[in-house]
Amino acid sequence: MQERPTLAESRTAREGLPAGWEVVIGLEIHVELATRSKVFCGCSTEFGAPPNTHVCPVCLGLPGSLPVLNEKAVEYAVRAGLALNCRVAERAKFDRKNYFYPDLPKAYQISQYDRPLCTDGWLDVQVDGQTRRVGIIRVHLEEETGKLVHSTATIVGSRYSLVDYNRSGVPLIEIVTRPDLRSPEEARLFLEELRSIMLYLGVSDVKMEEGSLRCDANVSVRRPGERRLGTKTEVKNLNTFKAVERALRYEAWRQAAILEEGGVVRQETRGWDEASGSTILMRTKETVEDYRYFPEPDVPPVELDPSWVESIRRSLPELPSARRRRLQEAYKLPAYDASVLCEHPALADFFEAVARRTGDPKAASNWVMGEVLRLLRAMGMEPADLAGRETWVAYLSEVLALVRGGTVTASVGKEVLEESLRTDQPPSAIVRARGLEQVGDETQLVQWVRQAIAANPDAVASYRSGKEQAAGFLVGQVMKLSRGKANPKVVGELVRQELGPPGRG
Amino acid sequence: MTGAVAMTEEEALLFGSIEELSERLWRGEISARELAEAHLRQIERIDGEIHAYLTVVAERALTQADAADRWIARRRQEQGGPVDVRRLDPSERLVGIPWACKDVLCTEGVRTTCGSRMLESFVPPYSATVVTRLDEAGAVMLGKVNMDEFAMGSSNENSAFGPTRNPWDLDRVPGGSSGGSAAAVAAGEAVFSLGSDTGGSVRLPASYCGVVGLKPTYGAVSRYGLVAFASSLDQVGPIARRVRDCAIVFEAVAGPDPMDSTSAPGPVPAVLPTLEHGAGGVRLGLAPEYFGEGLSAPVREAVMGAVARLEREGATTVEVRMPHLEYALPVYYIISPSEASSNLARYDGVRYGLRRPGDDVVAMFSRTRRDGFGDEVKRRIMLGTYALSTGYYEAFYLKAQKVRTLIRRDFEQAFERADVLVTPVSPSVPFRLGERVDDPLQMYLTDIYTLSVNLAGLPAVSVPCGFSPEGLPIGVQIIGPAFAEARVLQVARAVEAAVADQVADRRPAVAVR
Repeated sequence: MQERPTLAESRTAREGLPAGWEVVIGLEIHVELATRSKVFCGCSTEFGAPPNTHVCPVCLGLPGSLPVLNEKAVEYAVRAGLALNCRVAERAKFDRKNYFYPDLPKAYQISQYDRPLCTDGWLDVQVDGQTRRVGIIRVHLEEETGKLVHSTATIVGSRYSLVDYNRSGVPLIEIVTRPDLRSPEEARLFLEELRSIMLYLGVSDVKMEEGSLRCDANVSVRRPGERRLGTKTEVKNLNTFKAVERALRYEAWRQAAILEEGGVVRQETRGWDEASGSTILMRTKETVEDYRYFPEPDVPPVELDPSWVESIRRSLPELPSARRRRLQEAYKLPAYDASVLCEHPALADFFEAVARRTGDPKAASNWVMGEVLRLLRAMGMEPADLAGRETWVAYLSEVLALVRGGTVTASVGKEVLEESLRTDQPPSAIVRARGLEQVGDETQLVQWVRQAIAANPDAVASYRSGKEQAAGFLVGQVMKLSRGKANPKVVGELVRQELGPPGRG
Repeated sequence: MTGAVAMTEEEALLFGSIEELSERLWRGEISARELAEAHLRQIERIDGEIHAYLTVVAERALTQADAADRWIARRRQEQGGPVDVRRLDPSERLVGIPWACKDVLCTEGVRTTCGSRMLESFVPPYSATVVTRLDEAGAVMLGKVNMDEFAMGSSNENSAFGPTRNPWDLDRVPGGSSGGSAAAVAAGEAVFSLGSDTGGSVRLPASYCGVVGLKPTYGAVSRYGLVAFASSLDQVGPIARRVRDCAIVFEAVAGPDPMDSTSAPGPVPAVLPTLEHGAGGVRLGLAPEYFGEGLSAPVREAVMGAVARLEREGATTVEVRMPHLEYALPVYYIISPSEASSNLARYDGVRYGLRRPGDDVVAMFSRTRRDGFGDEVKRRIMLGTYALSTGYYEAFYLKAQKVRTLIRRDFEQAFERADVLVTPVSPSVPFRLGERVDDPLQMYLTDIYTLSVNLAGLPAVSVPCGFSPEGLPIGVQIIGPAFAEARVLQVARAVEAAVADQVADRRPAVAVR
């Protein structure tokens, strides 16, 4: 059932939609909540435990077991709904969604059908400096299923499949947007913003690679100005932000290509295949699945006391958009800096602590966006790991002071910061112990300059033949000789002083 | 009030009430081990004919009995002599008392089949809350007793392991679905038992076997570990030979359970203190809808006879109306299969129980379910799947829920005038094995007087009120408002006392010969 469009090569797909088409996208996002225990039992939700160690009769759906609702999960779902400007129901209920699948222990999922916890919200996203408002239809709470591990890559053709039920019963919210997104890039930006919000709320760790943030997209295309929606397809398995954008771009192009050829887009479910860079057919929607929803008799309806909801509303933290604005105004940061720093609350917190401590927000921002993020990656850590690291704030602040005061050069500063963070020793102690103070003493510097000139006759010749940039090379050599301690500005002057103006062979 | 026939010591052990046996245990006249052994002997002797038990756990029972003996010995030592049984904490009345558990309740380490091939090999890793509570009370579980598959049926003929027979007439059914529970108690194979009641499954077999069966208010007893048939209707209930025994067991197993969010909060309703208050001044509600076409003459006579005796004791009767009762049967046969179709979907061969291999997952699912379920279970799964499917949900399921509310309201209105309703339990005396198996609709009518109680979530008890001319037991149903267990049991106790001359000390021949 391969229906590769014949209109164009995949080059077109990479570049985007053929002219004269508009894409319409709605997202269904699943976010695993970071409660300590599962939504209907007391089992741990910890990720990465050996298979089937965090299970009990309830989350295995053993005969006779009964669900008991975790109030924390309701609180987290309401928190997420409020942050997305939703209305919170006064009375919500749970329903059973019935279907057979080996990873679904009860053969039904406890979910919410007609009375979800939260409805009718919105989220603003910045696209090319413009604010785009995306409607949120609903936020509901449901339970996670187990996970299948096949003997080969897919269930088809596997000799056997194993099931890990550790994840079964982990609380999940499903966030459904209106079809308000108009480009794959918008969809990605929306997701990134949503991810930040969940982090700020502390309701999820939203790790796509661990499946705690998952996204399906409904995609259709139409001629601009048309009001009716085209036939949509549902694209699944979007497990990176990049995949979201690429898959939607491909799918929009595929649909437009079909329509331009005079064909008909069929309503179907498609999966994103990273390897081929295309979406592939999973199943057609000719037979609509009938989930036979009905009210879950084992879980009484939930009454949400408006004053309790109010207290959650009052406890909402400053959200990313507000924080970006504040960082720009209070610290006079460029919009770009603010957006990078505000992606993760711990990163922004870290920045603010350093900025306050050093009184130099721009330097703090540069170093946090540059060195700190680089070091985190190098050390296999994440922005979340910055939370509560008071000593790191002190160390970076100290390095900034050392650089600013001229005690060390910027490049030595980076080296010192890395060692300081890795060994948990104060930067000043490292500088002292290793004698890394910047050298401004001319006698020493002149000695290094002469050494460099003597060792690099080619560069000297090149300089003399008029190539000014050869001086830069020699400065670099001096920096090397000084193990980064030389004051580069003074060295530059000294090199020119020793060699005279360029071009004077 | 004992009968003319002198009881042997063995019979005294097998047919004693909880209080009598408990008194003898605490006085040190008998040991819990002796009592358990007597019951295991009785099972050995007659269960081949009755087939109440699916699994006998002799070793486990004797271990529990020995623990009960140590419990009593310890208490005697603490007190420096025999314990005054009248001062015994009510919670210690069940120490050493042997009981039988319907095979629908999960028992840790003891296979729990639900009367189905599907779960023939299933050994749960945990126990139902009610089982744990009886374990902790020191009761001795003898084994797991037979039932209609997944509690669906009125005759016990739907068990995958063969039917249980009625101890009063081995050619007749014991009633379902807790037929094994009622037959075991009637035949002296257990002092009491637990059953489950979704549409009458405790009360009907209690009536057919001449014992007392209580269906508590929905939520009064935890459902945790009760294998679900229809979650909004299921309720665990005790079966015993005396009303007082039923009351004692109810107090032991009732009460809120953090593992069941539909269990009612608040303390366990005390039922024993008012049990002997009699029928004086009680307003008995009689609804003509329960006494119309289809009710057999012997049942009508026995029930009205009991009412007449209560009136002589000072009760009054009032006529109440139940205008929506006629819809109870269709409503029940939409709601219960709907919930069942969902509850039974988990038996797919993936994790436990039967598995039939297939070339792919769907083939495995369907072969497992084809071979694992019996006809009645399949019939109800199909009914429920149909009633819940898109396009039919509103016409069937939703409509049924609305009528359910009307039936509930009928009861509320009736209880404005009456303290309890008195009705038959079943239109007829126990029927013969095989008589109704080919006619599901006829079979469904067997529960016509009981299932509205489940739709309304009310407490009701079936208590023996007489015998038919051919010597088959007949029960009367006492229905009360929600959480009025004390009231229904009080009236049941009054019935028991009033008909004692006709009923008491009659025992099935198979059990005493």
